Amino acid sequence: MNINLTLIAQAITFAIFIWFTAKFVWPPLLLAIETRQKTIADGLSAAERGRLELEQAAKKSTDNLREARQQGATLVAQAEKRAADLVEEAKSAARVEAERIIVAARSQVEQEAQRAREQLREQVAALAVVGAERILRREVDAKVHSELLADLKKEL
Amino acid sequence: MSTEHALTPTSYIQHHLSFNAQPVGDGLFGMVHVDSVITAFVIGFAALGFIAWIARGATAGVPNKRQAFVEILFEFVDDTVKGIFPHGDRSSFMAPAALTVFVWVLMMNALDFIPADAAAAVTGLFSEEWRLVPTADVNTTFALALAVWFLMIFYGIKVKGIGGWLHEIFCAPFGGHPLLWPANLLFNIVEYVSKPLSHSLRLYGNMYAGEIIFLLLWVWAATGVTGTIAGALLGASWAIFHILIVVLQAYIFMTLTVVYLAMAHEGH
Repeated sequence: MNINLTLIAQAITFAIFIWFTAKFVWPPLLLAIETRQKTIADGLSAAERGRLELEQAAKKSTDNLREARQQGATLVAQAEKRAADLVEEAKSAARVEAERIIVAARSQVEQEAQRAREQLREQVAALAVVGAERILRREVDAKVHSELLADLKKEL
Repeated sequence: MSTEHALTPTSYIQHHLSFNAQPVGDGLFGMVHVDSVITAFVIGFAALGFIAWIARGATAGVPNKRQAFVEILFEFVDDTVKGIFPHGDRSSFMAPAALTVFVWVLMMNALDFIPADAAAAVTGLFSEEWRLVPTADVNTTFALALAVWFLMIFYGIKVKGIGGWLHEIFCAPFGGHPLLWPANLLFNIVEYVSKPLSHSLRLYGNMYAGEIIFLLLWVWAATGVTGTIAGALLGASWAIFHILIVVLQAYIFMTLTVVYLAMAHEGH
């Protein structure tokens, strides 16, 4: 166990090796490892972001779908209501029209009847006149009279 | 191996425990262990150079297996440092320093797995004397611990200022009363001395002991058939157990380095 110049020589070697490592070994390894760590961290955060975006998109599409379904349901309900209204309107219009037609028909029938009655009255009057003329031409015979009157009666 | 000496267990072990010490001057620093310095530099440069080569071609996309392996090492060191050192940007100094310590010490320790006499086939080309494990040389471990020790003082002063650092030497941990200054000072001196000693001697002791046990087993293996079989089996067992020690000591050395420097950043 003798201390000699070896001590100094080894200390100098030690210093050289530390310098060598600090300059040529450590920095490139540190750079490579840190760059890789950053790449991995970026990749992970990008994946996380993608996952969140996907989640939001899924939520949005669900919302859109629900909204569309609601709108559809509303439209169908409106359409049904409108159809019911239209049918109702048509029914009431038809009823009014029918009544109008019935009223018109009734009044026409009335007029027709009136007119028929008028004609009948005129014909009766004419017949009466004709009857009266025949009676006046052939008076005398009661038997004939009664015959005529019977004819008249028949014609009435 | 020395040809002049007879091959006895003592000479065998002594041979494998002696450094290739070359005189370069006089006094305390008059010798240098050429084997420790060169082995430590070559193995450290090979390991860190390999990692640097992969780091240069590192992609931020899908990594290949080589890069994945280096990234596991990177994450392991970075996580350890992150847990202990919450003082600002660790990537500029603390984490690279911890990675250097871990890889270098691990590789130096792992040289213990190469059988001493097999390694001699290569190192023998340069020198008869060549100890292969630099961390079993107290100079190496103490050099690392002392470097950390100076960094500790440097960061202590840098973070708290020279006044704050001195204040801490005299007023922590017992309190700021003038009567407590000597006690605080003594406590801090013990702490500053014990840190590098325990830091370096723990690693040195473990690796030295591992080497000795291998050598003793190889001595036994040379005594006959029984010794060869027993030495081989025990050598394999010890090598497997030693994997744990090699990695654990490297990890402990790195962790303590970070802990000491983190403590230097913390005020009392």
